Amino acid sequence: MKRHLDPVSLFLNIITKVAAFITILVLFFIIAYILIRGIPNLTPSLFEWEYTTENVSMMPAIINTIYVVLLSLLISAPIGICSAIYLVEYAKRGSKLVKVVLLTTETLAGIPSIVYGLFGSLMFVVSLNMGLSLLAGSLTLAIMVLPTIMRTTQEALVAVPDSYREGSYGLGAGKLRTIFRIILPSAVPGIMSGIVLSMGRIVGETAALIYTSGTVGKISTSVFEPGSTLAVHMYKLMSEGLYTEQACAVAVVLLVFVIIMNSLSSILGKKLAKG
Amino acid sequence: MQLRENVMRYVFMLAACFSILAVFFICFYLFMNGLPAMAKIGVANFIFGMEWRPLNEIFGIFPMIIGSLYVTAGAIIVGVPIGILCAIYLVFFCPKKLYSIIKPAVELLAGIPSIVYGFFGLIVIVPLFQDIFGGNGKGVLTASVLLGIMILPTIISVSESSLQAIPDSYYEGALALGASHERSVFFVCLKAATSGVLAGVILGVGRAIGETMAVIMVAGNNAIMPDSLLSGVRTMTANIVLEMSYASGLHREALIATACVLFVFILIINLSFSALKRKGAK
Repeated sequence: MKRHLDPVSLFLNIITKVAAFITILVLFFIIAYILIRGIPNLTPSLFEWEYTTENVSMMPAIINTIYVVLLSLLISAPIGICSAIYLVEYAKRGSKLVKVVLLTTETLAGIPSIVYGLFGSLMFVVSLNMGLSLLAGSLTLAIMVLPTIMRTTQEALVAVPDSYREGSYGLGAGKLRTIFRIILPSAVPGIMSGIVLSMGRIVGETAALIYTSGTVGKISTSVFEPGSTLAVHMYKLMSEGLYTEQACAVAVVLLVFVIIMNSLSSILGKKLAKG
Repeated sequence: MQLRENVMRYVFMLAACFSILAVFFICFYLFMNGLPAMAKIGVANFIFGMEWRPLNEIFGIFPMIIGSLYVTAGAIIVGVPIGILCAIYLVFFCPKKLYSIIKPAVELLAGIPSIVYGFFGLIVIVPLFQDIFGGNGKGVLTASVLLGIMILPTIISVSESSLQAIPDSYYEGALALGASHERSVFFVCLKAATSGVLAGVILGVGRAIGETMAVIMVAGNNAIMPDSLLSGVRTMTANIVLEMSYASGLHREALIATACVLFVFILIINLSFSALKRKGAK
């Protein structure tokens, strides 16, 4: 039986549906447009090892991106996970330190990437004398993704039932053993989903990297050399204005990567919810 | 054994202090490098100066501040109604099957890199607005629409979780009093979730005002006061990215000072966000 709706209710009902429809449509349109325009441009010459102004290969950028992702996570993940452990397992609720940590983490999460970029260039590149390098870029990004890793790890730890902890203590395990043998293993999917989410952010980041790791097109042989990641490479292609097709191809690679990361993250999140 | 427990306790605590340290260093480096320039130029001249001419050593960022505020306001006008309505749909109207499609889609929208949004804006929205409105298609309106799309996921997810937190009894009470499903949702549940939804909007404002790569592609970047919706505009973020690569001396410091102003905006936005969130939690 169909409900009879008064005009106001009918109107409200329709506008929510329209809004949801617009949201989906926009996403669908963006993805479809970029895939359709970009895929034909994915030529083999874009994946050559050497970057020249002729082939504008994105291969070096892909390698640099992998470097930056690994390096940033190597710095950020241990710190983020350890601080989440402190907040959930050790700190007393409502203590001064916890309040300050939570406030600063929220602040970090809200800082725009260009401010991170500028800060990284002032501190790591100039003040600590690293020069434009993958290391400076990775350090900057490590700080940028720290709040994401902290928050997801915290959520994952909180979700571990207290009975696990009690059981472990009951069997005579100490606090540290309980954390590493019982709590962390059951929180792994949640932590991983946060790390994967951060990977997506690092890969897509541009503004924070232009002035920290530079825009050089070649493969970096060490972390002390400059090099552009995929997103920076795309920015460079676009700002030169001559390589729209190639930029579109890079956009496809970025987009595919982000889609994979997102689905991986939500699969991991679901696994956590199931326990 | 006991020693190891204690050592690790301090290791964890030290890690937790890292974010405090990070915020401290960010403030320190930005203000150390930015404030002297602001003092040299004159705070009033810098913030309220109408002209930005680095070659003549005239540094006034008022047009950029206004530019940032314009595109942010535009993004709010475009993004907020759609975002809130979409969140309401997700919580109160959406069939379960459809939810499992829309929710990941919204998450994906949040995951698309801003440079890809900028690219999309440049090759789709800009030509479209060129055809409709004439001119070069870059300006306040284009940036607003693109930013409006970009802040959608933020607004949707924050509003959604605050709507979900409203106790069922509110909704049931309204239904029992004879209100329709739609009226109960809009006039009772949405009203009860106001501070949470507002927190989402503020977070969206933060995203929009800090957005860089997408904006420089579509905003036109003229460092002058925008006089219409279609005129080109330069935001504070764009100012930094565009000129940092070749700036030196006072010009460079003025750009860092621009970042300081932006940073202060963000701090104010963040503080009001957490205040509202706390109010919503109560």
